[in-house]
Amino acid sequence: MWGRLNWSAIPFDQPIVMVASSVVGLGILAVLAWIFHKGYLPYLWREWLTSVDHKRIGVMYAVLALVMLLRGFADALLMRSQQAVALNAPGYLPPEHYDQIFSAHGTMMIFFVAMPFMIGLMNFVVPLQLGSRDVAFPTLNSVGFWLTASGALLVNISLVVGEFARTGWLPYPPLSELAYSPGVGVDYYLWALQISGVGSLLSGINLVTTVLKVRAPGMDYLRMPMFCWTTLASNLLIVAAFPILTATFAMLLLDRYLGFHFFTNEAGGNVMMFMNLIWAWGHPEVYILVLPAFGIFSEVFSTFSGKPLFGYRSMVVATMAICILAFMVWLHHFFTMGAGANVNAIFGIATMIIAVPTGVKIFNWLFTMYGGRVVFSSPLLWALGFVVTFVIGGMTGVLMAVPPADFVLHNSLFLVAHFHNVIIGGVLFGAFAGYTYWFPKAFGFRLHEGLGKAAFWFWTIGFYVAFMPLYWLGLQGMTRRMQHYEVAAWQPWLLLAAVGAALILVGIVLQVVQLFYSIRHRAELRDDSGDPWNGRSLEWSTASPPPMFNFAVFPHVDGADAYWAAKRGEREKASLGPEPAYADIEMPRNSATGFICAFFATIMGFALIWHIWWLVGCAFVGAFATFVVLAWRDESELTVSADTLAGLDRIHRSARAAFLQKQATS
Amino acid sequence: MSALAMDAAGPAASGPRAVDEHEHGATKRIIVGYGFWIFLISDIIMFAAFFAAYAVLTDSTAAGPSRRDLFEIRTVAIETACLLTSSLFCGLAGIGATYRERRLFYAGMAITFVLGAAFLFLELREFAGLIARGAGPGRSAFLSAFFALIGCHGIHVTAGLMWLLTMVAQVFAKGFRDDVLRRMLCFGLFWHTLDIIWVALFSLVYLVGVSR
Amino acid sequence: MSSTTGVQRETHADIAPGDEHGAGDIRKAIYGYLVGFALATLLSIVSFTLARSTMVWTPSIPIALSVLAIAQMGVHLVFFLHITSGPDNVNNLLALAFGLLIVMLLVFGSLWIVSNLNHNMMPMQDILQMQR
Repeated sequence: MWGRLNWSAIPFDQPIVMVASSVVGLGILAVLAWIFHKGYLPYLWREWLTSVDHKRIGVMYAVLALVMLLRGFADALLMRSQQAVALNAPGYLPPEHYDQIFSAHGTMMIFFVAMPFMIGLMNFVVPLQLGSRDVAFPTLNSVGFWLTASGALLVNISLVVGEFARTGWLPYPPLSELAYSPGVGVDYYLWALQISGVGSLLSGINLVTTVLKVRAPGMDYLRMPMFCWTTLASNLLIVAAFPILTATFAMLLLDRYLGFHFFTNEAGGNVMMFMNLIWAWGHPEVYILVLPAFGIFSEVFSTFSGKPLFGYRSMVVATMAICILAFMVWLHHFFTMGAGANVNAIFGIATMIIAVPTGVKIFNWLFTMYGGRVVFSSPLLWALGFVVTFVIGGMTGVLMAVPPADFVLHNSLFLVAHFHNVIIGGVLFGAFAGYTYWFPKAFGFRLHEGLGKAAFWFWTIGFYVAFMPLYWLGLQGMTRRMQHYEVAAWQPWLLLAAVGAALILVGIVLQVVQLFYSIRHRAELRDDSGDPWNGRSLEWSTASPPPMFNFAVFPHVDGADAYWAAKRGEREKASLGPEPAYADIEMPRNSATGFICAFFATIMGFALIWHIWWLVGCAFVGAFATFVVLAWRDESELTVSADTLAGLDRIHRSARAAFLQKQATS
Repeated sequence: MSALAMDAAGPAASGPRAVDEHEHGATKRIIVGYGFWIFLISDIIMFAAFFAAYAVLTDSTAAGPSRRDLFEIRTVAIETACLLTSSLFCGLAGIGATYRERRLFYAGMAITFVLGAAFLFLELREFAGLIARGAGPGRSAFLSAFFALIGCHGIHVTAGLMWLLTMVAQVFAKGFRDDVLRRMLCFGLFWHTLDIIWVALFSLVYLVGVSR
Repeated sequence: MSSTTGVQRETHADIAPGDEHGAGDIRKAIYGYLVGFALATLLSIVSFTLARSTMVWTPSIPIALSVLAIAQMGVHLVFFLHITSGPDNVNNLLALAFGLLIVMLLVFGSLWIVSNLNHNMMPMQDILQMQR
């Protein structure tokens, strides 16, 4: 009746797991109790859980990412402390546990921190920058978010009920096949990612269509902010790459569930084909992550230098070049697998070529700052930290692009240091820059700047202290994923790395404190004008937070940096210009489809993992029925009257007029 | 003191100008159609991944039956005729919807369904036959890849048939409303794309498989 | 987003994929599908006959079948999906071209890589035997 599920699935004999999950479980219950007691549940349901507003969905993505960052970082602390003590000793984490920790760490950080953070920022900002009211498919947007959350939930459940995969963050066969991983761990991994993969694909379709088809009048392609271009490129990559992931995981699932032989040792299976296919997804994936970060940095460099972005056209060409080249380098992840010199040479050269457009971008960002009036706010600090850190990481990448060098360094800590270098320096620093930069737009008050700067320094210094030793260790021959080791010379470096992790921990604590402090003191940190950083693009012309409909009247765009020219005109004429003519508009209705669909998806995933077949059928019917109900509704939009628009817009206009006056007299 | 006034009817605006609500932008039909087209592109790439696996594993028969032993071209020819004809009638049903011709729509959809179901029936019979002969997907990597690739297409056809029934029910219940027509556009795109993929499959899997 | 159903005021005069431009006549529309169907049927018959034929140089058959398949896919795209190379179809065609590029890279890249791997690596059966 319950498939493979029974009480032995809960690891009562593992104290660390039981304590951790009890603490988290109690915490969740406490939060839920507080929400219920304060009567916030109807508000949460109406305004957030069933919202199809891109701004709300973007915030929820970011919240998911930040919570999972804490979870993934806890795994990092466990790994660093284990490696610091495990010289000729077993340490405190047995191998079966340690293997799950490094697998979960990578899986969570890539799929449930980096992806949601970037997708959340793109969701929130892009319609505002394009002068639109929402993305192309608002209800599907909600479905995509909730499916991602469903995947994250399943991975977290695996801590308490069953186990997680022990294969690393990519489940290479034959280890991931049934013969060598008979437990539920790999199944948790596969189903969680298949479900969230659908969510990612929906996001990809949504944002590509939005950038290409849903823009304000006059917003031509070459007038779009750079962030919109990188959003387009990143989401084109999502649309092209995620199907490969879905197919490859489906093949592994067929092997595990139905006895197929895609990647088995027997009956002709080809293990190497898995590596080939998974990295055909995996390489575009890292560009999916970093391109939005590049876009964020373009916005930050230009705003905080008070200058338009240098070399806009070359940036566009570089971005689209990266988009195409991303699909031509994937073999560099398995140079050592034995394809031979010819194949390795071609992909090695292609990998070096793809570094060139990124170099173009770096120079353009530096030239943007040159001659500008630079303001060293924390978003710009993150951007400068990125330039230094990412360039170092990129250079070590080009080093490993040389196949003979890679034969020495593949799967060593040098590799680990390289990819953390580029992902933390590029994606995470970009996420933090975007978080700080757009926080006032989302919530109406700024984050405390001093705490933000302190967090930046602890993160940056901590990163270098944690990961530079790993480069050295990689050159000394230490392999990745070691639960214990016997080379005494390695230990001092691992201890240093652990210190670095502790410094990063301080940085994270400072960010948490910054958030709570800023909420507490939001009155002093309030942003009244909607434009706290003197921005250049259209999102800064709206109130903070923007009304549900973003723009009461569509802006008409005359050139690039659409808002900047408008502001200059306002300052010259010392007035905001005439009030526009308001008319009734239609906005999409909220819908519970996303939440309910993800509910059924979670149950279906859980049932598939534990082989509870009747439950799979029920959940599938439930999910299908949810969509039929959605398709059957007669009222998909609601009207917002011209009076409502006028009322809200006039409040914002008077706030901006007051701000203009204050600027003129100061 | 400088007069910073909010003119209700002042000189020409220097800020982003207001625009008539209906003047701009792609219609909903274009947005929905394009978004679905992008989804279809992603679906084609997913098929390509299965096809790549098949191409690589074509000779990994593990001393079992190979393509030449198993493929029956007559069945494939009938399946092709069914699917191609169903594509024609799906197109006619789409024309019926666009021009509000109820009888053309219902007739077209009905014939599309019958032909699509016939295709599926023949394919399932082929699969059952192979499994009965000990040439099921667990026999070798080649057969795994074959069943997965052709089966993936078959699952898409099944989903298409379920969608077809839903579309007929929607037109019956709500008539040729704009949102129903947009979904009909997407359904047409889907069904035709399935036939395009079938062209690649019957040519490169079955016909190439039995040649030489 | 206001609902602007039926009103096409798009400045670039785009068209939805699958929609036919300027087909105001139902007869013309039906005729287009019939022509496409006839062409596709013809190409299919040629393919099926060619596969078992002894009249053609056999090593050329896979290539001929591929060409016929591409031609038939083109017929489907033009007559059934109305994806043409007109200026109103640019976005639709570009998306398709992007997808096809990725398909080519994936399929031919995989074939090239794995055939090199197979050539260089010991077969799995032999590796397993060595471990006994």
